[in-house]
Amino acid sequence: MKLKKNIATSEAGFIFNPATGDSFAANPLAADILARAKAGLDAAAIKADILERYDVAPGQLEKDWDDLLAQLREFNLLD
Amino acid sequence: MKQPYERPTIRKLNAGALNKFGPRAGARPVTALDGVRVDELVAQFGSPLFVLSERQLRRSYQAAMRAFGTRYPQVQLAWSYKTNYLNAVCRTFHQEGAWAEVVSGMELEKALLNGVPGPHILFNGPGKRRADLLRACEVDAVIHLDHADELHLLLDVAAGRARCPRVALRVNLDAGIVPQWDRFGFNLENGEAWQALARIVASGRLELVGLHCHIGTYILQPAAYATAAAKLAALALRCQRELNTTIHYLDLGGGFPSTNTLKGAYLPALDTVPSLDEYAEAITGALLTAGFRAGELPLLVLEAGRALVDDAGSLIGTVLANKRLADGRRATILDFGVNLLFTSFWYDHHLSPTREFSNQTEPTVLYGPLCMNIDMLRESIALPLLAPGDQVVVHKVGAYNMSQWQQFINLRPNVVLIDQASQVHLIRAAETLEYLQQLEQVPIHLM
Repeated sequence: MKLKKNIATSEAGFIFNPATGDSFAANPLAADILARAKAGLDAAAIKADILERYDVAPGQLEKDWDDLLAQLREFNLLD
Repeated sequence: MKQPYERPTIRKLNAGALNKFGPRAGARPVTALDGVRVDELVAQFGSPLFVLSERQLRRSYQAAMRAFGTRYPQVQLAWSYKTNYLNAVCRTFHQEGAWAEVVSGMELEKALLNGVPGPHILFNGPGKRRADLLRACEVDAVIHLDHADELHLLLDVAAGRARCPRVALRVNLDAGIVPQWDRFGFNLENGEAWQALARIVASGRLELVGLHCHIGTYILQPAAYATAAAKLAALALRCQRELNTTIHYLDLGGGFPSTNTLKGAYLPALDTVPSLDEYAEAITGALLTAGFRAGELPLLVLEAGRALVDDAGSLIGTVLANKRLADGRRATILDFGVNLLFTSFWYDHHLSPTREFSNQTEPTVLYGPLCMNIDMLRESIALPLLAPGDQVVVHKVGAYNMSQWQQFINLRPNVVLIDQASQVHLIRAAETLEYLQQLEQVPIHLM
């Protein structure tokens, strides 16, 4: 997962794409994932951390991870 | 202790006009129905599951009686059988005092089996057969004549009978509703109804006891009922005056809306649907000022269906899967579809989760489990982040779904009634393949 460089994110989950003017709201977990991705953590490390902290099965997380990527692609936020 | 998980999601923010009428963010969970936990109901009876509240059935009936009975001296409700066929529902209303309004020979037999005396059965419908009319005469049900061919058929059936069959004339009229329902009954304005009334009286073979009209369904204008009541009352007075025949009852039909929101409506039905008191005021006001002499007011009959039963029904279902559509929209597949929730073709049904979620919601398309493109329950609904296995409750599904449901792709599920003491009763068992096939016969060469 590699966010476009110009994408601005906030801790509260607000996302802004200055190139298009589009803005988005991420829920707390999505905001957390984006913050970690921006900080340079790779997908495996982020997922391992989520499994450590949240009550979720690995299979469910994988499905939801793919879905998050699909959303980011749809919103044109990934490189 | 790990934190509760909610799948990561991103929602595009769209600038637009603020809607001060919008619902609060996040859906309120409904964890129990009439004091019985949803998860316990599912554990015992499976999912999907229709749940009927006896308490609400009785409450709705009593509210309707109160609305009309406090404004008019003689009121009778006739439970519209086609709205919900389940005997437990029918019997609850009969226990409260409702007559039966039926529209086929099958429904007539059903009402008789439910213990309704023949004279308390009003037989409507445009498709009565000779055998139906014979049976109705035999049990002394009141036949609501729909068209001239039926009138002549009944005159034929009535010939030679010791007792004249009791009839009412179904009248269609202009009550200001567009489109005007004119496919049922005899038209008032073009003189057809009067011609039929004169023929009934002149025949000497039928006993004319009532006039009936049903101006439509989900009618949002109480004033239209006032117009219909006034016109029907005027016709009754003319019968007295010119045919020397007393009309004993005026049946204003049904068509009162429930608080389900129609598709395409801007505001929720809770904010726009008039109360039953407004309909009662319109109808009884028109009748009381129509010119009947004191003590000669006809009985007011109402064929309520939806208004009595819709609020009492709930449908519990389970999320089977989530997926994302090609345009990025979220789609959720539930274990019930239009096969069980027929009314989702008309209504944007209100739906609640059964556990707490955060206030995050996502616009979601709701699909049923059928492999058919039409199986869409909601085109767009803001739902919390439901996961497979989560349950939902669809509210106000008591009317028409348990009579228009289909054995299509999936079989029909259990139906339970929660009584007033919160005891749960199975009132219709889930169907089996054996049940589905029991009437089939396979030709010998295909065995």
